[in-house]
Amino acid sequence: MAALKIKKGSTKHSAYNLRPNFSDVQETHTLAVVVDNEPGVLARVIGLFSGRGYNIESLTVAEIDHTGHQSRITVVTKGTPQVIEQIKTQLGRIVPVHQVNDLTVEGPSVERELGLFKVSGAGDKRVEALRLADIFRANVVDSTLESFVFEITGAPEKIDAFADLMRPLGLIEVARTGVAALSRGSA
Amino acid sequence: MVVQALKDQGVDTVFGYPGGAVLPIYDEIFQQNDIRHILVRHEQGAVHAAEGYARSTGKVGVALVTSGPGATNAVTGLTDALLDSIPIIVLSGQVPTFMIGSDAFQEADTVGITRPCTKHNWLAKDTATLSETIHQAFHVARSGRPGPVLVDIPKDVQFASATYTAPQATNTSNYQPQIRGDIEMINELVEALETAERPVFYTGGGVINSGPKASELLRELVEATGIPITSTLMGLGAYPASGKHWLGMLGMHGLYEANMAMHGCDLMINVGARFDDRITGLIDAFSPKSKKAHIDIDPSSINKVIKTDIPIVGDVASVLDDILKVWKARGRNLNRDGITKWQKQIDEWRKVDCLHFKQEGKVIKPQYALQRLEALTKDKDRYITTEVGQHQMWAAQFLGFEDPNRWMTSGGLGTMGYGFPASIGVQMAHPESLVINVAGEASWLMNMQEMGTAVQFRLPVKQFILNNERLGMVRQWQELLHGERYSHSWSEALPDFVKLAEAFGAKGIYCDNPDDLDDAILEMINHDGPVIFDCLVEKHENCFPMIPSGKPHNEMLLGEASTQGAIEAGGAVLV
Ligand SMILES: Cc1ncc(C[n+]2csc(CCOP(=O)(O)OP(=O)(O)O)c2C)c(N)n1
Ligand SMILES: [Mg+2]
Repeated sequence: MAALKIKKGSTKHSAYNLRPNFSDVQETHTLAVVVDNEPGVLARVIGLFSGRGYNIESLTVAEIDHTGHQSRITVVTKGTPQVIEQIKTQLGRIVPVHQVNDLTVEGPSVERELGLFKVSGAGDKRVEALRLADIFRANVVDSTLESFVFEITGAPEKIDAFADLMRPLGLIEVARTGVAALSRGSA
Repeated sequence: MVVQALKDQGVDTVFGYPGGAVLPIYDEIFQQNDIRHILVRHEQGAVHAAEGYARSTGKVGVALVTSGPGATNAVTGLTDALLDSIPIIVLSGQVPTFMIGSDAFQEADTVGITRPCTKHNWLAKDTATLSETIHQAFHVARSGRPGPVLVDIPKDVQFASATYTAPQATNTSNYQPQIRGDIEMINELVEALETAERPVFYTGGGVINSGPKASELLRELVEATGIPITSTLMGLGAYPASGKHWLGMLGMHGLYEANMAMHGCDLMINVGARFDDRITGLIDAFSPKSKKAHIDIDPSSINKVIKTDIPIVGDVASVLDDILKVWKARGRNLNRDGITKWQKQIDEWRKVDCLHFKQEGKVIKPQYALQRLEALTKDKDRYITTEVGQHQMWAAQFLGFEDPNRWMTSGGLGTMGYGFPASIGVQMAHPESLVINVAGEASWLMNMQEMGTAVQFRLPVKQFILNNERLGMVRQWQELLHGERYSHSWSEALPDFVKLAEAFGAKGIYCDNPDDLDDAILEMINHDGPVIFDCLVEKHENCFPMIPSGKPHNEMLLGEASTQGAIEAGGAVLV
């Protein structure tokens, strides 16, 4: 049987440096979590992510059923398949969580996000910003002689792309809602 | 209202400590006789006592604490109960609702602080829903994977009156964990069981939590199949230590035969255990050749650490019942030749006699002390609690448990200071039984104030302290892994435990001679009242077998000789 080599004075075998057990590819998943709309429920969900070291890429939450006191939390998270599974089952353990759906694997889904972009500038840049906004079907929701506020909705990638284009044209402030998502079809 | 809700939940005992924010509840307690209140000496003690009560009865344990410092003192106990899945309820007082958020006297964000260390918690803002909340709290604490819950009750909510909701009228439909296991998976497990050559049961605290029926069914299945069985620290007693197929505890300080069986098996049936890192050792080398089935009521336990081939989500008793039914219906098939060979192999491993020690000379070996304690108490109606450290592991190795709910120890959190208050909780639940806390001197000092509780309530708990004048487990790691640099692992300035006992009005016994040990233990058992037994033991004894962290099961250290070799020459540990 293999020899055990523990060197005197070695600290390599501490209980606190156990190896990570699974190392696979990182995947991005969108989870829809239906919860009781009660105080602290968002803190429970966020606390789970921070306490167990999971990622939150985007998070949205709003009440979806006033009489039933239910809210829907949409979380976009990143991790190995095992970690994603853990996130789902750990979310399921939270008492006021009713349902956890992984929209990324449970068939096709639509994802939408809303962004507000303040762009300031004059002359050609201002005209170009307006032209691009038109192409992206962004609305102008505020304007002054030196600035616009554009409102744009779409998949997160579209909003990313719009942000990239606006940056050299005088982008000074961005607000994004995070992703809201639903599965496609009637089910 | 609160007391009525507790009564209706069948509570007979509450462990608590009063303060401004819970005075209305204490006033209610004063005016009734159905619920006994045990005044502890520190809120951590109240929570551990509730844990001991819960673990030894299968019922929900209850603790009552005041706001602010009362609640923060409860945090360690809540975390302990969370990690060991112990059903308890902590009721905490809170400043009145209209003062919340104003940094009022003794205000703490109790619900915020305890959110990650409870299964669920509530701030009861309205008297009208208070009784229902308490009933829901009991439901959540005991259903599914049990755990601690906390209800934070502002003082004005305690004072106000409202209509009471009975337990039967309470809506608990929101939280209904799955009990029945998936029958397809159960069929798959039975098929694997029929053909396995080297199967092993790896059982855990989930069997105990599932209730006595689960232990009965487990015993039936083991006896009928002849499959060897090991258990985690938390699961001891589910299968009797005297049972023919018992391998002893597994894990970091588990028995050689248990760990070797885990390493070499071809089918591992995990029943209510969670592949904790103290069990698996190096994950990549954990039981490399086996198919793994995992029965657990908590889906998040499955595939958390170890990939499972046959996952079964459900209550242990229900799933075992189905397994037995299916296996019998299919004709009780087994690979009998394979299993016979496997049993022979295991008998070879048993011959290594991994717990071997030599009691010689005039110094008591801790193992010997426990061996004698076992011999002199095993036929009694006995409950054991422990603190945390070497003594805890030796207790798990050298004491035998024939029934579930007889062994209370802090497994997941490893809380020094757990054992003494837990023994108080156990004794409250079982007033006529012999309750012994196997302690280390350092751990015991962490909650020694509870001597006051034991004496006041005439609880004849026996504090069996294996006094090595060391933080023994820390010292062992420093010896083996940190070049014998014993940084702060001495117990300096220890009290005279006999005088300490007497100062509290209890009995103290001192023993440092192996020849006197039996008489001293008998004196302890026969004394009708709390006893502190100061058993001076060998100071530098190490606890073996030991799987160093990050090593696989088959690379156990077996004893002084093997470590010396391993450390100095890098030689083979096992033959
Ligand atoms: C509250 C707490 N603090 C620190 C530790 C780390 N720790 C684990 S075992 C141990 C030493 C325990 O000493 P003792 O109670 O005398 O038991 P022994 O190991 O000597 O039998 C320590 C400090 C712990 N488990 N719990
Ligand atoms: Mg000690």
